[in-house]
Amino acid sequence: MNALLSINGVSKRFRGLVAVDRVSFEVPEGGVFAIIGPNGAGKTTLFNMIAGVFPPDGGSIIFAGERIDGLPPDRICRRGIGRTFQIVRPFPALSVEDNVIVGALLHRKRVGAARAHAHDVLRRLDLYDKRAQRASALTLPDRKRLEVARALASDPKLLLLDEVMAGLRPTEMDRIVAILRELNRETGLTILLIEHVMRAVMALASRILVLHHGAAIAEGLPEQVMRDRAVIDSYLGVEAIA
Amino acid sequence: MIASLIEGVPHRALALLGALLVALVAAPLVAGDYLLTVLILILYFAYIGQAWNIMMGFAGQLSLGHALYVGLGAYTAASLYVHFGIGPWLGLLAAVPVAALAGAFIGFLAFRFRVAGVYFAILTIAVAEFARVGFDHLSWASGSSGLFLPVAQFTHNDLWQLRGHPVMFYYILLAAAVLAFIFCRALLQSRVGYFWRAIREDEEAARSAGIDVFHYKMIAVVISAAMTSFAGVIYAFYYNNLFPEQVFHISRSIEIILGPIVGGIGTLFGPILGAVILTGLAETLTAALAAAGIDLPGAKQVFYGICLLLVITTLPDGVWPWVCKRIGLAERNK
Repeated sequence: MNALLSINGVSKRFRGLVAVDRVSFEVPEGGVFAIIGPNGAGKTTLFNMIAGVFPPDGGSIIFAGERIDGLPPDRICRRGIGRTFQIVRPFPALSVEDNVIVGALLHRKRVGAARAHAHDVLRRLDLYDKRAQRASALTLPDRKRLEVARALASDPKLLLLDEVMAGLRPTEMDRIVAILRELNRETGLTILLIEHVMRAVMALASRILVLHHGAAIAEGLPEQVMRDRAVIDSYLGVEAIA
Repeated sequence: MIASLIEGVPHRALALLGALLVALVAAPLVAGDYLLTVLILILYFAYIGQAWNIMMGFAGQLSLGHALYVGLGAYTAASLYVHFGIGPWLGLLAAVPVAALAGAFIGFLAFRFRVAGVYFAILTIAVAEFARVGFDHLSWASGSSGLFLPVAQFTHNDLWQLRGHPVMFYYILLAAAVLAFIFCRALLQSRVGYFWRAIREDEEAARSAGIDVFHYKMIAVVISAAMTSFAGVIYAFYYNNLFPEQVFHISRSIEIILGPIVGGIGTLFGPILGAVILTGLAETLTAALAAAGIDLPGAKQVFYGICLLLVITTLPDGVWPWVCKRIGLAERNK
């Protein structure tokens, strides 16, 4: 499989602190790639560089054959990378439907066409019945799915999910895992996720990268990574494999 | 086009709007001179409030300097008329671009360098103040001694030169307010309207959703400035005199924004209702005080202050959303 996204020796420093240290990996087209690691490992920093929130200090990011590092977030989104935020940010005073229409309008000129597409996406994410509600009135699990819906509506080739499972109950988590698997299988959408919840990671990921103190300490298939000595020591803990 | 504009509007709302329009068209037939001037003021503020609302209510950019665009429109058209005999409608072709450019200048400075929120508001005040001081010293526009247009002959209405009876101005402003209302509804329902509201709600999230925030904020400020300058042209030809101290003064900018705030920021009918409430009640108060023989300078300003306090404490979304609920109409797309 070809790499849709390749990260080549990317670094980021904040003052003296090296948040991300020469990290390289490739996300294959059609794959589900997970980045795991303890708090402060640099996962979100890495994410923000891919999404264009700030540029890397070194290295390059290549998406669909073109360099995208240093581009602003809106241009990266228009190239085909949709994202969600760790702390959800739907447009609070807009209705659920209008939130998703905003995403759908990115590559559609007519509001009518965008609304029809938004309805499709809302059905997929079990939000269609709540489309008239204000986004601020939704519960956290619904808001999380709304963010995924908004990002999906812009027809991304790659979906970046920043801890989309955090704060969800197991049943809610299973629901979103099922939705994401279905999306990946049916539409071939490539997904890159940051996740703490190992249950969700193991259910979804085809490859895993482990970050620790800003550096990649392991990468590979889920079974390999789970048995990796350094990963167990730094992140998972011995009881995880017991 | 027309079908898409009224699509989704409840029949009751259409009926109410139609009845209101008929009443407004018929009003000069029954209104006396004084009532007519009050109605002209209401329409004037309804129109400008609508223009200001595009920036603040739709795109979330607080302008406290809209007097700048009124003044630029007024001065451009009036100067062309006084110096070269160019009529107001042709003058509009210069006045609108001048104001739009001023808006683009402020927008570029602010949005390019990420000046936002209160700092943006301060920038809009600053540029309006610059204009006030600048026009005070601009001898071509008669500086601080004021620019005067030849006083209108009320014997006949010359629509082309905008010389004539207040009734003519009333109908011009009525047409402008109606068109602005329709235009704003079309904007709000368009692609641009969705992007503006996304930016208003959360700029970073909007950027991550692929929206070129700078571009769409620029569109908002330019449209708002251009629309506002038309009101300035009408202002100049209605009052026939312009003083920088009055036209560009910050109190003028504040007057402009009170209507939409009281009526309901971001709503379509809010600016209209706000203008009716504030101007209507303030003029009633003034007339009542005059009738009672009480001379109270500043009573109108105190009244504005009380209205604002009441609205902010009891109906922070404005009066119109509250009225909507009461009469069972929901204005979508808040």
